[in-house]
Order: sequence, then C-alpha cells, then structure tokens
Amino acid sequence: MTAAELSPLTLISGPEEVLVERELTSLVGRARDAAMEVVRIDAAGYEPGSLLMHASPSLFGGATFIIVRGLHEASDELQDDLLSLLAAPAEDVFLLVTHASGQRGKRVLDALKKQRARVVTCPAIKNDRDKSDFVQQEFSRARRRISSDGVRALVEAVGRDVSELAAACAQLIADTEGLVTEAVVDTYHGGKVDATGFRVADAAIAGNTPEALRLLRHAIASGLDPVPIVAVLASQLRGLIKVGSAGRGSPEQLASSVGMAPWQVKRARAALSHWSSEGLATALQAVAAADFAVKGGGRDPVYAVERAILTITGARSSA
Amino acid sequence: MSVWDDLVGQEPTIETLSRAVRDEASMTHAWLFTGPPGSGRSNAARAFAAALQCAEGGCGQCRECRTALDGTHADVKVVATEGLSIKVEDTRALVQEAGLRPSVGAWRVIIVEDVDRLTERAADALLKALEEPTPRTVWLLCAPSLEDVIITIRSRSRHVRLRTPPVAAVAELLQRRDGIDGPMALYAARAAQSHIGLARRLARDDKARNRRHDTISLATRITGVGEAVLAADNLNKIAEEESVAASAERDAADKARLLETLGADPGARTQPPHIRSQLAALERDQKARAKRHIRDVIDRSLIDLASIYRDALVLRIGSDVELVNPDAIDKVRGLATLSSAEQLLGHLDAISEARERINANVPPLLALEAMALQLRVPRNLGI
Repeated sequence: MTAAELSPLTLISGPEEVLVERELTSLVGRARDAAMEVVRIDAAGYEPGSLLMHASPSLFGGATFIIVRGLHEASDELQDDLLSLLAAPAEDVFLLVTHASGQRGKRVLDALKKQRARVVTCPAIKNDRDKSDFVQQEFSRARRRISSDGVRALVEAVGRDVSELAAACAQLIADTEGLVTEAVVDTYHGGKVDATGFRVADAAIAGNTPEALRLLRHAIASGLDPVPIVAVLASQLRGLIKVGSAGRGSPEQLASSVGMAPWQVKRARAALSHWSSEGLATALQAVAAADFAVKGGGRDPVYAVERAILTITGARSSA
Repeated sequence: MSVWDDLVGQEPTIETLSRAVRDEASMTHAWLFTGPPGSGRSNAARAFAAALQCAEGGCGQCRECRTALDGTHADVKVVATEGLSIKVEDTRALVQEAGLRPSVGAWRVIIVEDVDRLTERAADALLKALEEPTPRTVWLLCAPSLEDVIITIRSRSRHVRLRTPPVAAVAELLQRRDGIDGPMALYAARAAQSHIGLARRLARDDKARNRRHDTISLATRITGVGEAVLAADNLNKIAEEESVAASAERDAADKARLLETLGADPGARTQPPHIRSQLAALERDQKARAKRHIRDVIDRSLIDLASIYRDALVLRIGSDVELVNPDAIDKVRGLATLSSAEQLLGHLDAISEARERINANVPPLLALEAMALQLRVPRNLGI
C-alpha cells in the first residue's frame, strides 16, 4: 500500500468513540505501512505553533501523518493554525481531524469540506435499534451470520456500553463457528441482564413483582445505585398521576400540558387502566418513604427499594 | 437608646448579657445562642458584640456600637453561610483569626450565625480554639436549638436561650422601627408566628403576603390525587421562581465583580482557562446558594401551611389559644368541621415529615407530593 491511497485530508466526525477509534487504528496502520511519521496532537493541551512545526518539511524527507483529536474542544490558536495549514497545504503532509459534535471549530470544518476532505461519519449509537444494527454490521463485516434472537440477547446482555458490545462481538466472531444463535450468546453471556432503573420501574408499574425484584437485584449487582432507581420510580408514577388527572384529549395535546412526550402519554394511558387513583397515591407515598430511607433515613437502602416495589405492585393489584 | 432595643421580648437574656458586659467575672469566652428561627439569635449576638466593644456598655449611638451592629467593626467577625454547610477550610481560617489580639476594641468577637450548618470536620476544627481560648477573644455561636450543635461544642460554651417573642412585642417593634401601621404590624407578627424578619417582609411585601395566602388556600383545595400532585408541583415551582428572582441579580453582580478583580474582559466570548476555573467555582457556589434558598422557601411555606391545620386543631378541641390565621377564619372553621382532631394531627405530622425528608436530601417535589397526598380533604369547601 502506498501513501497515495491515503486521502491527504480526512475528517472523522461524530461522537461514537468506538467507531472513531476503529477508523483511526486502520488509518494509522496504513500510514505506518507507507513508512510515514505519525504525529498525534491533542486539542485539549495544544501549544500554539506546534502543528505548523510538525507540518514543515523534514530534513530526512518522508511524509507525515498528523492526527488532531478533538476539534470540538480546540482553542482558537489551534483553529488558526489548522486554517493556515489548510490555506497553504504542504506536500507530503496528511492531516486527519476528529470532531465529535457541536459548533466549535466550524471554520475549520468548513475549510476541510471546501477542500474536499474525505469525511467519515461516526453517528452516536443510542437506542436498541442502533445497537442491533451495529451488531449486524460487525458480523457481516467478518462475513459471519447471527440470528435475530442472538442479536437481541447480545444487546440485552452487554448493550449498555458500545465498546463492551464491540468487544463481545469480536470475541464471539473469534471463538465460534457458523451461525451465532441465542444459545451461543447465552453460553458466553447467560444470566447477565442489562437492568436499568427504567426497566425496574416498568416492571413494577406493570404489576410484575418477581420480574421487578429480579431486575432490581440485577441492577444493584451491576453497580447501579438505589438512589437513581427510586428517582425513576417517582417520575414514572408522577407521570401516571398527571396523565390520569389531565382528562381526555389526544396524546399530542396532553403532552405539552403535562410536560411529557406523546409516546410517554400513550404508554401511561395504557398502564393506567390497571390503576386506581388511590393505588397511585399509596405507591407514590411508598416511593417518597423509600427515597428518605435510601438517603440515610433507613439502614438498608436495597431493602427500602424492594419494599417500595412490593407496595407498588400491591397497590396495583388491589385496584 | 441602647443596643438591646431591637431585641424584643427577651428581657432575661438581656439582663444576663449586660451583666457579663459590666462585670468581667460573669464573662466567658464562648457563648451559644439558641432560640426558634426569627427570635433574633444573630441580632442578640451582634448586640452583645456591640455592648462589649462600646465604652459605655452598649449606648447604641457611638461608632463602636454602630459598626459592630452592622458587622463592619474591625474586631467583630460575622460568619454566615448561604450554602448548605460551612466548610472545614473556612473554620480553619477562623481559628487563625481567633488567635490574634483585638486591634481597636476591647475584645475580638467572632460570631458564627449557623453553627448547625458546620460540617462535622469543620466543627472539630473549632474545638481546640474553643477549649483553649486566646485572652480577649469571644466566640458567639448561634443555632436553632442545643440539639443542632455537636455535644463537644455544647459543652465548651455557655448557653443563652432566647424565647419566641410575644406577638404584641413583635408588632410593636415593627411599628417603632420600620414605621408599619398598627393593624398591618399585628397581622404580620401573627402570621409570621413571631418570626421578626419574616413579619417585616410580610408587612412590606404584598407579593410575600399573596404567596402566603396561596399556600394556605391549598389546605382546602386538595381533594383528589391529581390535585395533590399539582399542588405539590405548584409549591415547588413557586419556590424555584422566587429563588431565581432573588438570586439572578446577585449572581450577575458577583460574576461581574469576580471578572473585574481578575482583570478579565467581561465581553469576551470565551475566557482564558484560569479564569474559567474561577468562574466555574463561583457558579458552583451560586448553585449551592440557590439550592439552599429553594429549600428555605419551601420550608417557610410548609410552616405557613402547618399554621392553618394548627388553628383548625385549636378550634376543634376548643382551646382558647390565640389563632395564627384569624384573617382566614372561614377556612380554619371549614377544616375544623370537616376533619377530626386525629386527622388534623395526621396532617400536621405529614407536613413535619415532609420537612424532615427535604432536610435529608429527598427531592423537594417528591416529599411535597407525598405530603399533599396525605393532606387530601373529602370535598372542596369552595373557600
């Protein structure tokens, strides 16, 4: 591979660290293969002028590959240096800039785009669908197949952190053969559940006591603090009460008056059919008591949350 | 005229303190002032400081008296916090200052207005200075009650207890000092339950009066679960708005002053890093201040709310104690006929439980909701 195959200007834009890192590694590898000198510059600790120093021709000849990380937090000096470098491109200098998000460094972005830099986008992987797509891509890149059950199980088990998900994919690809199914994923990640306060609250409000307690235990075991769990319980119950007392009207109309998103209103309405207002009152009071208990009012925070969950599910079934 | 004039209804305390000023033998190096909020703890401490500095034992007119009362006297240091707590760094500086001889006056006086807000470590840092006092240094510590102060400080200081001043005395003070007319002064003193600062505010600020009225009206309006949650939301919002209104101007002024002392350009879009870090520290402090302010405002409205249940209970059990809210007598009567004494006591318990929870860092909104749900009345009285 020769230096000519690398684009002289590259912009990696997007906040997803895993993807940025992966692109960087492959580009740096290619630059090293082409015997280029690789220089890394971190925007946070930039000293004015050092960019131009690295870009100036070396006595020993040879090309330089300069990586500027974090244009989104670049100081004005760095931006100015980048602009002057872009205005007078030096020969044998390959520039790569990463930019997560935001308005900062917009002048440099515009200049890069104007000079037809190669742009690699690394969009944030947020919801479960993004994560599933990511897993599918990982497997198809390695020319492997994974069943949709397998994808779901994998995302559920290690989906909280994208880099963890990527590592899990790499492990499965390296260690297994053939189609990856749910059973295969279970062999590696069985019994691990990515429990959040929201899932605990959903189970509790749906009246599913065993599931809610199981998720709570998972959440605590994987390092979640009881305090945010109680906060989520409170906000979900509050939402139910608000929607319940707001009367009729389309979810869109209600959404603004109760300060929730339309889909939240719809879900709250569906849940409300199993709740009486008296039950909601009992539930919310139990949550307030639990909040006091987890903040030092009681001896055992986990017990306090468990008790609140039992009260909540009890208040629902009695309705 | 004397420095004790504005300390109403506290004759025994004034007697003790002025004897200490006159007679060195009755003097001691650390005093602990306790009393309900608004009874004038910090005013008593300042008056005592002035009396100690004054050549005539508190004439109230000389330069020493006036500067000590203002808190600008060179040998009177007033420590008050607007955050949630007093940090250990601050007390260490205080201890150092306590080691100095007085510069112009007879005594070096250090007034700590909220000893109850000392963190545990901060309180520990004070102990040494309290135990082995520097000659001519006096500590005046203020706290709502003895229980709020750690036992090791309690045992190292002499205790002065202020009582809740009578309503008439507070009203008389408002008339004499602030020129508020009779009926208004009486209403304010009563509604503020003898809290002097609050009474003055109620008498002068019609917004504060309206807010109090709105809060009290909640008692007869919460009928259902939805109303309860809305009412809690309202209480919380009112507190937040008041906090924003009270602090926005001050926050901006503080920031401008900081930028000026640092020699930074206030118009710059981004500040250099070392100034940014100072600004961030300032903003942190301001946030802590706002948080405390919100809690204080909520606490105050909960006391207002409790007063109406208290009045209803007074009517219900036929006691002839004076009412706090004679101006809202129809609401009080309505509540008294609608609920039993047990229910009214339950309501009062719910309110104090909410106060306790907010104190323990439960989000105010959640604590208020749980309380409001407890306060539901069977039907709307339409009052």
